[in-house]
Amino acid sequence: MTSLPQSQPGARRLGLVIDLDTCVGCHACAVNCKEWNTEGHHAPLPDYDPHGADPDGVWFNRIHSYEAEGSGGCGKTVNFPRSCLHCENPLCVTVCPTGASYKRAEDGIVLVNTDICIGCKLCSWACPYGAREFDEHDGVMKKCTLCIDRIYNESLPEAEREPACVATCPSRARHFGDLADPESRVSKLVAERGGVDLMAELGYRPTNKYLPPRQTRIETRPVEMPASAPGGLGGALLALVDKVLSR
Amino acid sequence: MTPASSVLLLTTLTGFGYGLLAWLGIFCAAGALPESPWFGPVAVVIALGFAGAGLVASTLHLGRKERAWRAFSQWRSSWLSREGVAAVATNLPALGFAVSWAALGAGANLTVAFGLVAAAMALGTVFCTAMIYACLKPIRQWHNRFTAPLYLVFAAFSGAALLAALLGVWTGAAAGGTAGASALVVVFAIGAGVAKAAYWRFIDAQGPLATLASATGLGSFGTVRALDRPHFTENYVLREMGYQIARRHAARLRRIVLVLAFAAPAVLAALALAGAMPAVAAPLAALLAGIGLFAERWLFFAEATHVSAIYYGRAV
Repeated sequence: MTSLPQSQPGARRLGLVIDLDTCVGCHACAVNCKEWNTEGHHAPLPDYDPHGADPDGVWFNRIHSYEAEGSGGCGKTVNFPRSCLHCENPLCVTVCPTGASYKRAEDGIVLVNTDICIGCKLCSWACPYGAREFDEHDGVMKKCTLCIDRIYNESLPEAEREPACVATCPSRARHFGDLADPESRVSKLVAERGGVDLMAELGYRPTNKYLPPRQTRIETRPVEMPASAPGGLGGALLALVDKVLSR
Repeated sequence: MTPASSVLLLTTLTGFGYGLLAWLGIFCAAGALPESPWFGPVAVVIALGFAGAGLVASTLHLGRKERAWRAFSQWRSSWLSREGVAAVATNLPALGFAVSWAALGAGANLTVAFGLVAAAMALGTVFCTAMIYACLKPIRQWHNRFTAPLYLVFAAFSGAALLAALLGVWTGAAAGGTAGASALVVVFAIGAGVAKAAYWRFIDAQGPLATLASATGLGSFGTVRALDRPHFTENYVLREMGYQIARRHAARLRRIVLVLAFAAPAVLAALALAGAMPAVAAPLAALLAGIGLFAERWLFFAEATHVSAIYYGRAV
């Protein structure tokens, strides 16, 4: 069913909160995601020409970097992981002609049933975030599953039941939790840090939130101006000594 | 958006097929078609042949063609599914029209009724096709008030061109239905050309859907620009949705479309209307309209930008 599920009172809304302040751009999330998912729910995630001149393949995480430059001429470099945002209003789901693309009522995760996907690619056209990638080998669409086969996996120790990208992040820039619960750790993080929706103007109401970098200012000492030297011979001597010593 | 020839064929050919079916129903109700028991069935076969060829072409781009039948299931939410359902459903009144024409004659009430129902459903199918594109919010050149009306106008134009060609060849005369269809070609060619020019003006004046500031949430830090890409080579998103056409090439193609798709068929149809070899001029007009509209559809894709390419620093 590609009609969106009725919102259930008390239903969870699982998603990620990504801290752009602490992301170091190491791509570990992308690599661990690929590693887990090429053997998991969407296995395999193909690579085309992986060792050739034009390597290409299906990845659910893409790590960009941007520079924001303020009026003071002080640029800020920000690493920016991009993946499926598990939107509340996912056009990628409603355009699907087969019912392969769906949003789960119980936790809001957007998934593709690759057994009935016909590979028309319309869902990828409907996603403004470029989150879905087509598997040329299998002829079906693939996307981030929020590691549904980890987060509910009872054969994993409880501490490991989080998405692969979150588990691996060395700078703890990725957080996983229930964004429908205002008391959850991720919701509090979003409230404290002013988490934002990407491209909110398009109305997709993404579940994942991005925490903007903290506004920091590095205090620099004012440039020391040479004190006006006293005149006369003494002054000239002092200036000479100062010049020699500060060489 | 990267133009995929299967989808270009789909929308162009179904425009001709369903446009012809729509005009057949209307002309039949007006009593403007030849009364031969063969004309109706032959014309319906041609119309459904064009539409069917387009629909078959559209399955060529599917990753899993053998599962295409599943596309009929989600008509509650998906315009692509609705298009499939509408296309199949339109066959019923169209076949009823052909059978009734052969059995009861062109003037029978049942024939006229089937023809009008088929006409309405044919236009409904074209509308569903248009809405597949018009509903896609990330593509500003498609998600606007022009897309659906333009698809309908183009279907009416190309259907009229095909009907004029058919009547020109069938009757060899410029009188009656041929004249009516040729007059429609002239009117719709001018109307469609003007509408397309208005559409181009509109998309040229449109602002981007989003900015890198809103796409990254970094606007409060100043002007945002893309620094490093996640990967050095192309990926699916860039190959499928990052297509860029040079403004110079687009401008040249727009002129070619205006001449080939609209101006030339209008002149040829006017010649047919004036009685100058309608059996040659009218088919030639339909042929040029077909080539021109294929180019128009190519541009419709090539000029469309997908907002996701903004993450790669591309202009959207």
